[in-house]
This record gives sequence, structure tokens and C-alpha cells, in this order.
Amino acid sequence: MTTTVTPSAGAAPVETFHGRGRDRWADRLFRGTATGAGLVVVAVVCLVGAFLVVRAVPALAQNHANFLTSRVFEVDGGTLRFGIADLLWTTLVSSVLALTIAVPLAVGVALFLTQYAPPRLAGPAAAVIDLLAAVPSIVYGLWAVKVLMPYVRDDVQDPLSRALGWIPLFSDVGISSGTVLLVSIVLAIMILPIITALSREVFARTPRAHREAALALGATRWETVRTTVLPFGRGGVVAASMLGLGRALGETVAVMIVLSTLAPGAAWSFSLLNGGETFASRIANNAAEFDSPEKTGAFIAAGLVLFVLTFVVNAIARLVVERQARRGTA
Amino acid sequence: MTVENPMAGPTSGRLTRTDVERLLTPDPGPSLLVATSLRRRVVDRLARVAMVLAFAVALAPLVWILGTVIAKGGHLLLQQDWWSETQRGITSRRVGGGALHAITGTLLQAAVTAAISLPLGVLTAVYLVEYPRTRVSRAVSFMVDILTGVPSIVAALFVYALWVTTFGLQRVAFAVSLSLVLLMVPVVVRSTEEMLRLVPMDLREASDALGVPRWRTVVSVVLPTALSGIITGALLGLARVMGETAPLLILGPYTKQLATDLFGGPMATLPTMINQDRTEALQPAVDRVWAAALTLVLLVLVLNVVGRLVSRRHRVAT
Amino acid sequence: MTNLRGKRLGATLATVGLVGVLAACGSSAGTASTSSNSTGDGSCPAGTLNAEGSSAQKNAIEEAIASFGESCLDADISYNPTGSGAGIKQFTAGQVDFAGSDSALNPDKGEVDAAQQRCGAPAWNLPMVAGPIAIAYNLPGVDSLVVTPQVAAQIFSGKVTTWDDPAIAEINPGVTLPSDKITVFFRSDESGTTENFTKYLQAAAPQTWTAEPAKKWTGTGEGREKSSGVADGVKQTAGSVTYVEWSYAKDNKLGVAKVDNGAGPVELTGRSAGEAVSVAKVAGEGNDLRLKLDYATKAPGTYPIVLVTYEIVCSKGLDAEKTALEKAFLSHFASTDVQKGLEEIGYAPLPADVTAKVETAIAAIS
Repeated sequence: MTTTVTPSAGAAPVETFHGRGRDRWADRLFRGTATGAGLVVVAVVCLVGAFLVVRAVPALAQNHANFLTSRVFEVDGGTLRFGIADLLWTTLVSSVLALTIAVPLAVGVALFLTQYAPPRLAGPAAAVIDLLAAVPSIVYGLWAVKVLMPYVRDDVQDPLSRALGWIPLFSDVGISSGTVLLVSIVLAIMILPIITALSREVFARTPRAHREAALALGATRWETVRTTVLPFGRGGVVAASMLGLGRALGETVAVMIVLSTLAPGAAWSFSLLNGGETFASRIANNAAEFDSPEKTGAFIAAGLVLFVLTFVVNAIARLVVERQARRGTA
Repeated sequence: MTVENPMAGPTSGRLTRTDVERLLTPDPGPSLLVATSLRRRVVDRLARVAMVLAFAVALAPLVWILGTVIAKGGHLLLQQDWWSETQRGITSRRVGGGALHAITGTLLQAAVTAAISLPLGVLTAVYLVEYPRTRVSRAVSFMVDILTGVPSIVAALFVYALWVTTFGLQRVAFAVSLSLVLLMVPVVVRSTEEMLRLVPMDLREASDALGVPRWRTVVSVVLPTALSGIITGALLGLARVMGETAPLLILGPYTKQLATDLFGGPMATLPTMINQDRTEALQPAVDRVWAAALTLVLLVLVLNVVGRLVSRRHRVAT
Repeated sequence: MTNLRGKRLGATLATVGLVGVLAACGSSAGTASTSSNSTGDGSCPAGTLNAEGSSAQKNAIEEAIASFGESCLDADISYNPTGSGAGIKQFTAGQVDFAGSDSALNPDKGEVDAAQQRCGAPAWNLPMVAGPIAIAYNLPGVDSLVVTPQVAAQIFSGKVTTWDDPAIAEINPGVTLPSDKITVFFRSDESGTTENFTKYLQAAAPQTWTAEPAKKWTGTGEGREKSSGVADGVKQTAGSVTYVEWSYAKDNKLGVAKVDNGAGPVELTGRSAGEAVSVAKVAGEGNDLRLKLDYATKAPGTYPIVLVTYEIVCSKGLDAEKTALEKAFLSHFASTDVQKGLEEIGYAPLPADVTAKVETAIAAIS
């Protein structure tokens, strides 16, 4: 009976052979099943990717307009003319604005939970904030249009457009309620728990030595945070923000419900008080009307752009996390 | 991701005598023992207030949403009919009926999704953790990462393009479950992986030393030890897919009748029930929308809470 | 370890049990009512029917389904108001049994051929619901508003942007109009209501509204989906206006403008809407009952903006059970009682000669 055991932590032991043939057979079967499961996942992802690309390419080939810069999206009838400029703008603006609102709040909450809150309160308080992630997005959308919208319109948007309307960012373009600003606020609420959870983890891992050294130097609690916790946690917060950004980019239903669509041929505007559609909401809005392969292909092409965006953002987050982990364990 | 013990560290985080002596050595420059100035104290106070305010601002939407849903939908949930009747024969102007069809649909689809994604996800995680890293396993890990980033609308679009456009099949509940599987599998894989990695090597080695076959070690030692974490991951993943509406919009048309056949005809779910009537004006319809929203929130909250309780009570001893 | 395994088993059993109990509860609730008062006289077919389409007829067909379901307990009919365009597309794709659409199948867009291909036989447009399109507005303090086709075209194309514009003021003497901006809400989905409304604008104000009528909106404004969405938008926004089927304007308690087509302002009532429908002519052949409406009519007391919702059915091709159910339901829908009942919720009853032709066509479905 030969047994090879590798005692190093974290590495799986190399194949061990036991004498009885039945066990070896069972071992092989089990390993085969586990490998099979992994291969199924690979096959599925490859299938999804290949299928979507195969569907999108003919539509792109027949596209009479520039895919990246055109604002038109005409996919009915014979000629295909579609471009994602509008979608890209609305998606990026709403997500980035959501991030701008959510990150400072999330960092503040994470600092509160790890540095300021009494230990007995910190656990339940963290759990409560995590509950924000549990609310389904359709309920967010419903609440946003029925309850939040009048407040945002009357108390935020109207004063903003009256006072700062000369800035293109806040100019009034005639959209009353479903604006990018409202959507960004809703998205910010939705991504807050994700950023908070990860920031909390990173702030909690600040080496005690650093914090105590600062305290010993006579720093106030805030100065301690500012000089030790925040610099240490910077990478983690960036990673958390990237994950939150990925979530905001892919959010479909809440955006679909809240954001007002624009009339075709509406003028371009940089305003945050404009309506529009994101990648996800446009696909969802038109999903009932896919009748030709070309039309479906055009929307799939838009979906693939969204997927690439989300993948890049998530990859950045992972890289930052890995770098942080390597730095943190030193 | 390993959680570093904040108590650990080269100096064990405690001030030693040498440190204090070094700190107390006078050097040119402002004395360290001077009392904190008023400005610094004010800034400290302000920062504390800001943190508490941030927490309050973050908490506010949650309280507001839950309060709204409960206030507007609570009364319908207290009626027996809500849990045992469907919407058959009910119109926007008529009061009555219930959400049985939607609740059943949501639970059924969730059950089917779990039945497919749990074995697949757990086995994949086992493959990634318990067996040596090869090119194949690295590829699998990479693919799981890709799958994590797929937006729900793209997953739904894929299933629609495959199921409806290519194969010409009907839009049935099983297709919805398939797209939900695409969304749930990566969650299960990653959380199971984390849990399996937390199981100490000692257990595996001890089992090996006793002559237990590999597969038996995994099934009888590793998995049961990590079980509570796996269950938590599964419940959290399930809670997430129950709230996913994008696949339902594309693949799951609404109906007012009870449907239990996964392959025949439309099946109602709570999100589609909400979506159907969300812009309706008449009070009976409005009430039902809020009640359905509350039902969905309760369902998801219960899963979340149960998941966290399970993980808290049976944490893996490291 | 056995403890954990037992717990897991218990949890699985509990979940399975819960789902099973819920399913059993539901089916037993269904069977209980069926066994206690089933009709059993054979005139009530059993089965399921799925339909999709126009949101304008949603309130009407909902009532018809509810009243049909009360007497036929084994029949399950579902209607999804996703918009006329979506309804036709799902119908030609074979995903639903019949479609509801505010505009008949369009031969120029290949819809007729696609439907024929789906059915293996011609598809028929059966007019079932006549609904007036209201120009619904939300102007606090303004109880009565008059619009002409020209002014309507100017508002909906964005040429007139404030409520106190001289164009509106001169046809509304004595009414104090606020100086607010006009917010237009349009149907963001492919809508038969849009098609009918733009047909009206083009027919009655051809100089001002030059765009081709289509299911996709070509004017200005903010998009909302489905009839309920635009109506809800107007309800929530002061100074807004939209075009929507009358029942939605009524349910949301919106102001409805009087339309002056050349013969004086006509208020939208059941009678004035019925006038336009009563003179509609059948333009299709045989059992395909496409109607032609005269939008530019100057007949006094006639409200000109009406739409007719067609149920687009396969003349043959569905299986026997579904065909029987479809015929029974459509007959019920076209019956005088149901049509009369639609009046009070904001529709106009179809004229008798049209319903007679519809009944003939329904009987001819096989």
C-alpha cells in the first residue's frame, strides 16, 4: 500500500492509492464526476459565448451604421442601423454617478462599523446593512417610482435645474420624472451593501500595530483612521467599488422601471436630468418584440458589449484584491 | 480569501517597553505630550458625527422601503385568501383573490434551479479544491469567474435565443430555471470553494492516514464539515435568484391561474405579478402589487436570515 | 456527523414538503370548486388558452375572461397586455394562441404572410373591442380643454411647448391656462394605440403631422410602456398630456380633452364614441374583418379618435380542445351582454352588423 501525503497547507494531496480495487474504481468515478462537473461549467460558458457571438456577428455585418458611435437603433424592417453611443453614455453615467454617491457613504458606514461602533452593536448593524442587498431589484424599482420619485423631483431636481440649469449637466430637457439622476440614486442604494461589506472586511484587517502606534503618538481617533486605516484599506475599497460598479452596470429591472425612454431622434444632451436607456434596460424593454434573427442579433451585440464591460470591471476588482492580499499578508 | 487575524503580527500588536521608550525620547520638534488642540478635537468630533450620519443615511432607505411595503401591502398578507387563492377571475377593479399561483411558481422555479445548480456547483467546487491544480482546473476557475460577471439580462437573452429562437420551443418555466441556473452556479461554486478551503488539512490527512479512500474522505469528512457554509451559500444564492426578474420578463409570461407544469404553458411568479400591475391605477390592483412585493421581500429575507443563522451556529473551527 | 446529515435531510424534506403542500393546496382549491359547481352540460369547453397583445383592450378582455371563467370553471384563459406589436410577433412565432392588436395585420410588413405561415391557413382579424382614444391631461385648475387636430399635432410633435401658447389659448377662450411646460408621454413599446392615434393625426391634420403612422412613436416626449404606464405618468406629473384608451383615463381620473374636428368641440362620451364606430366599414374580405375608420370625419357629435382591437386568430390549425375553447370564449366576448358591459368601463360597443359578421367568422374557425 503506497501512500503519498503532502503536508503543506493549502495544497491538495497528490493521488493516494489504496490496495483495494473497488476503492480505486470508486475514486476514479468520483474524480471523474467532479471533473465532469467542472467541464460542464466550462462547456456551458463556452457555449454561451460562442452562441451569442455567432448570433451577433451577422447582425453586426449587416449594420449600416457605426456600431460604436451611432445613436440610431433601427432594427425593424429591412435595413439594420444600430449603434450603442446613447446606451454606452447612459449606462456609464448612471453607474459612475451611482458609484460617486455610494462609495463615500459606504466607506463612512464601514468605518463606523469597524472603528466607531460599540462591538456589540457592530455585528447586528452590519447584518442590517447587508439586508439592503436582500431586497429584490423589482421592489427597489417599484418603491423608487411610487415613493421616492416625487421627493427627488420636487426637492432635488427642480431646485437643481432652477439654480444650476445653466450648467449642461443639470439643464432641464423636459423629462419630468424618470431621470438619470433618480436612477443613479436608486443604483447607489443597491450597490451600497456590496461596497460596505468588502470595505468592512478590509478595514477590519488593518494591522493593530499601525493603529496603536498612531494612538500612542497621541492621534485622535479620526487621525488614526485617516493615517492608518484608510491608506491600508485603499486597495480594498477600490476593489469593492469595482464590484459595485459591475453590479450597477448590469442592473436591469430597476433601471427599466425608473428611467423614462426618449423619443427617437431626441437631441443629444449631457444633462443628468435626461431620460434614456442603458444596455440592460433596452434589451429588457424590447424583449417581447424579437421576431427576426437580425433583430435579436443586434440586441445580443449590445448585450455582449455590456458583458465585456462587466467582465473588465470585475477583472480589475480581482486583480486589486489579489494585490491587496499579497501586500496585506506581508 | 484568507481572513487575517488582526491580533497577529510581528510585534503581536502590543506596545512594548522599547517602543514606549523610543516614543518618549525627546527630539527637536513639538512635544508629543502636548494636549490635543481644540481644532483637532473638533475635527475628531465632526468625523464621528459624519460616520454616524453615514450609517443613518445608509439605513434610511432600508427602513423606508420596508416600511412602505409593509404599510401598503401588509393588510392583504394577513388574509387567509392571499395564501390560498389565485388571481383567476379577478380583474383590476375587483378585490379578492390571492397570490398562491405566484408564490407556487416562485418556489417551484427556485426548487428546480437549486436542484440543478447545487450538485453542479458543489461538485465543481470539490474538483477545484480537492484535486491538484492543472491547466483544466485553472480553466474551470477562470470560466466560473466569467460566469460570475454575466449580467442577468445576458443570461436570459442566451436562453431565449437558444430555447425560443433556435429550437422554437414554448416559453416555459423550465427555460426560466435554466437561465437562473446560469446565475446561481457561480455563487454556489465560489462560496462552496471558500468553505472547503477553510476545512483544515489535518482532517484530510488524518483520514488518509487511516486508509480511507479519497472519495470517501471528501464525502464523509470534508463535505460534512463544510456543510453549514455550503448551505449558507446555497440559501444566499437562492435568495438572489428568487429576486431576479430579467429572465422572467423575457421567458416567463404571466398568467392568473395556478400552474405546476414546468413544461406546459406560462407560470406566474411574484416578480411578474408585481411587474404586470405596477402601473395600474385602481386601488385593488395597487394593493395587490404592494402585497406581492412584501411577500417577495419576506421570502428573500427569510432565506437570508436562515442562511446567516446556519452559518453562525456551525462555523468551521479553524 | 449523523446529526448534520439528519439536519440536511430534514431541511430538504421540509422544503420539498412545503412546495408539495402549496401545490396540493392550490390544486385542491381548484378541484374543490370544480366539483361543487361544474356545469357539466358540455357547452363549456375545458383547456387553456394563451393570448397576448394590445394593452388598450386589457380592461375589456379582463372582464370578458372573468365572466367567462365564472361559468366555465375548467377553462383557463390568460391574456398578457404587452402591446400590439409584441402580440403579433409572439403570435406569428407560435408562442400564443391568438393575439390582440389595435391594428390589423399589415401586409406591407409581411405580417399577413408570417401569420399564414404560423397557422398553415389564413389568419383573420376579428374586431372585438372598440375603444375611444382620449387625449388625457393633468392640468390642475383646468376642467375643460378643447383641442383641434392641428393643435394636437403641434403639441405631440413638440412644436407647441407651453400650455399658454396662443395656439391653445385661442381655441379655449375664457380658460386660464398655466404657463407650464407641456410634458408629453408616449408609448415606448410598439403600440396599436400609437398607430391609430397617428393615423388620426395624419388624416385630420396632414399639414402638421407629416410622419407615417406606425406602432413606434415618431413625435416628442417621454416614453412609458403600456397604456397603464402612460396614464400613470400623466397622473403623477402636473402639466402633462398623453393619448390613451379611455378606460385608463377614467381609472386614473385624468382630464379628457374635447376634440373639435371641424364641427365644434365634441366631448368624449359613450355615445359620441359609438357614433364613429357605428359608421365603420368592413374593408377586409370574407371572414377577415378589417375595419376602416374615418378619422377626418366632420359629422357633428362624433368623437373621431377611436380604435378597434382585433383578435387575430388562425382560421384553422389549433388542436381540437383549444379551438373549441377559443370559439366559445370569442363568442362570449362578442355577445351583446358583454359588449354592453364594456361601455361603463370606457369602451364603445360594436355595432350590431359588425358583431354579426364576427359571429359568423368565429363559427367558421375550425
